[in-house]
Amino acid sequence: MSEFTTWDILRNLLLSARWTILLSLTAFVCGGVCGMIVLMVRTGRASWLRSVAAGYIELFQGTPLLMQLFLAFFGLSLAGFDVPPWLAAALALTLWTGAFLAEIWRGCVESISKGQWEASSSLAMGYLQQMRYVILPQALRIAVPPTVGFSVQVIKGTALTSIIGFIELSKASTMLTNATFRPFTVYAFVALIYFALCWPLSKASQALERKLNVAHHGH
Amino acid sequence: MAYHFDFGAILDYTPVLIKGIAITGELIGIGAVIGVAVGIACAWARTFGPAWLRPPVSAYVELMRNTPFLVQLFFIFFGLPSLGIKLTEMEGAIIAMVVNLGAYSTEIIRAGIQATPRGVIEAGSSLAMTRLQVFRYVILKPALQRIWPALSSQIVIVMLGSAVCSQIAVEELTFAANFIQSRTFRAFETYFVVTGIYLLLAVLLRQLLRALGWWLFPKKAVR
Repeated sequence: MSEFTTWDILRNLLLSARWTILLSLTAFVCGGVCGMIVLMVRTGRASWLRSVAAGYIELFQGTPLLMQLFLAFFGLSLAGFDVPPWLAAALALTLWTGAFLAEIWRGCVESISKGQWEASSSLAMGYLQQMRYVILPQALRIAVPPTVGFSVQVIKGTALTSIIGFIELSKASTMLTNATFRPFTVYAFVALIYFALCWPLSKASQALERKLNVAHHGH
Repeated sequence: MAYHFDFGAILDYTPVLIKGIAITGELIGIGAVIGVAVGIACAWARTFGPAWLRPPVSAYVELMRNTPFLVQLFFIFFGLPSLGIKLTEMEGAIIAMVVNLGAYSTEIIRAGIQATPRGVIEAGSSLAMTRLQVFRYVILKPALQRIWPALSSQIVIVMLGSAVCSQIAVEELTFAANFIQSRTFRAFETYFVVTGIYLLLAVLLRQLLRALGWWLFPKKAVR
């Protein structure tokens, strides 16, 4: 049996961290698109669609991400698809991220004063035009800090995909623990790698928020 | 291929589900009370505590907020025994939930404390209150009232996060789900039902915390 040095452990963990990053990016980008659609529906004109979107957000915010992963994993295979873990993971994380981002962005859209809606409406703009040219450019500026902050939650969320068998940083750490019997070292490294991924984003989010607040006080 | 849904098979396991719900409730009950207490202590340390205490508390908060709960749980349950600290599954899960919620609630409570108007603290001191009394009655209580909604949603998030504790074999609701699906081979139905139960628990917990807020803070907030 070959011996694992500490460097071997770290090297393998860093290699598997690529999958954590890739899955986080996929979930964040697809979740962003999904969140934008849900946001449009949630703040749109049709009241029954608004309730559907609200129900969607409540469902995904009110249940554990782990359950959503299980349902995606087992539910898709019921529908007759052969689901690899990465697909179930990407799908569940996308829907989950979409729900949270839609709710974060809704807060930003609603913070835009009513006068903006009325003014643009008096210019005979349709809902999509109002959103595109008047509301979103203002709302997205406020939305940047909390969105960057939420990306940290997405990275941490990917750790759960190890449970349905997607081999990323957390799954690799469990496998390495089983091979090396050095759980303390392995999990300490894993925590540090996650920290190295998440902390800069947390700090960036805080810095952006401060900058935005300063800009507001300047008015 | 037609798949026939069979939810009846899950009904046979109702006692298992109820036991799972009880343990999830126990986890969040103990975890929330101690976790918020840790949060209050750390928020005090970061605002009024001695200067030497601030860097370690900040480090703790940053470390917990930027690593996944699953890794924290594994580190505590699998990693600590090699330092000679042996924990049962339940102890490991509760400690992980406490340190996790403790870090998040530190930030939330600190925000509430920092929103305290200066004059209120001075008024407290002028009434010959000790520093501790000022903190306890003048600063902390209104601060908690201000941030109660944010704290409540964080507690709900931690309750949902406790699903992960099944991974160290704590017999909570998700563990019950895994057990039932391995017996019945009805994976989708089981997780569907259990997801519904979690949704119900989340709604219930939110209402419970709102009622607790009314009971704890009967007067209107001082802004």
